[in-house]
Amino acid sequence: MSYKVVHYINQFFANIGGEEMAHVAPELRDGFVGPGMAFNQAWKGEAEIVKTIVCGDSYFAEHEADAKAQVLEWVKAEKPDFFIAGPAFNAGRYGYACATICATVQEELGIPVLTGMYEENPGADLKNKVLMVATANSAAGMRKAAPAMAKLALKMMKGEKIGASCEEGYMPNGIRKNFFEKKVGAERAVDMLVAKLNGKPFTTEYPMPSFDRVAPNPAVKDLSKATIALCTSGGIVPKGNPDHIESSSASHYGEYCIAGVEKLTSEGYETAHGGYDPVYANADPNRVLPVDVLREMEKEGKIGKLHDYFYTTVGNGTAVANAKAFAAEYAQKLLQAGVHAVIMTST
Amino acid sequence: MVKEIERAGIPVVHMCTVTPISMTVGANRIVPTIAIPHPLGNPALSPEEEKAIRRKLVERALEALTTEVEDQTIFEV
Repeated sequence: MSYKVVHYINQFFANIGGEEMAHVAPELRDGFVGPGMAFNQAWKGEAEIVKTIVCGDSYFAEHEADAKAQVLEWVKAEKPDFFIAGPAFNAGRYGYACATICATVQEELGIPVLTGMYEENPGADLKNKVLMVATANSAAGMRKAAPAMAKLALKMMKGEKIGASCEEGYMPNGIRKNFFEKKVGAERAVDMLVAKLNGKPFTTEYPMPSFDRVAPNPAVKDLSKATIALCTSGGIVPKGNPDHIESSSASHYGEYCIAGVEKLTSEGYETAHGGYDPVYANADPNRVLPVDVLREMEKEGKIGKLHDYFYTTVGNGTAVANAKAFAAEYAQKLLQAGVHAVIMTST
Repeated sequence: MVKEIERAGIPVVHMCTVTPISMTVGANRIVPTIAIPHPLGNPALSPEEEKAIRRKLVERALEALTTEVEDQTIFEV
């Protein structure tokens, strides 16, 4: 008898469509769909995907409670031995959905779960709750990700002992287990020092935690005297995208003058973002960057001034290090220009 | 990006639909919006109604900017 597995994937991996279909509600299908085939192959009959749940990424993000309830109902009816989701690579909403639905299934139904994604995926925030395999940042990494996930999943199903994160390929989940090292600490420390002195790779046994939080700045005292700047990760650019900001994995940001612009028109502006359905933003770019209402409020004296420039990039698989560098740079420009506060919009 | 703006000393409000992601990236002032492809609009409404909703959301964002916070705060609309 083989273990029964339920698999969760998004609309893209189910071949329903890309962003234009990201709104689709959850759907239950028999057997495997898309990447599930690779899991089934790796399990060689020892485990098998009996049902696949497909859900649009935007649907999950916008109707989380409904999506969870529906998935739970289906999983409960199926009584599987295991629940697997993804892999989501660097798709933010998909990763968030995979991690969240795994956490829910694990907590509510007590079924073991596993997902996989890129370590910078926002979904990886739940890595201390849900076991997740670290994958490459694009679906090109499927060939490595699927066998790694399948192997760990089968071990979990069989109740075998799960090794350390570096051996099994999951993201460190904060759980420490005692074990005997082959070499004593002094010897390991000297080995590490020698490797370091020789410029060779070595792995620390005690990585420093990275809590990167910035404390909130004091509030704006008087809006009627404040200069407010608009920034976005939603990819709003002048029509034609003059600086060629990439539709995904953006390598730069744009700085555009909106002095005298009353509102963003579909003739003048559009979105360069390739990660959401652009129809609505292209028809009315104020839906992403609200120039029209801020200009109104400026005229009414509610705010002192709408800053003459807006800063924009595409937040779609864009490396965290890049996004950080973009904003660190334009924040200095905003400071020099005497901007008092920023409204950042994201899609 | 919000974190870097905050780090530079400028208060910033993040307007987005998937607020858990905003919490993860470390925004301190967060205003939930309408939908991923149109955070500050709703194509199902008339242009006037749509703009009124946008105005309401932006007013909430400005309120967030004038409110002292000590920790990550979601300003429900």
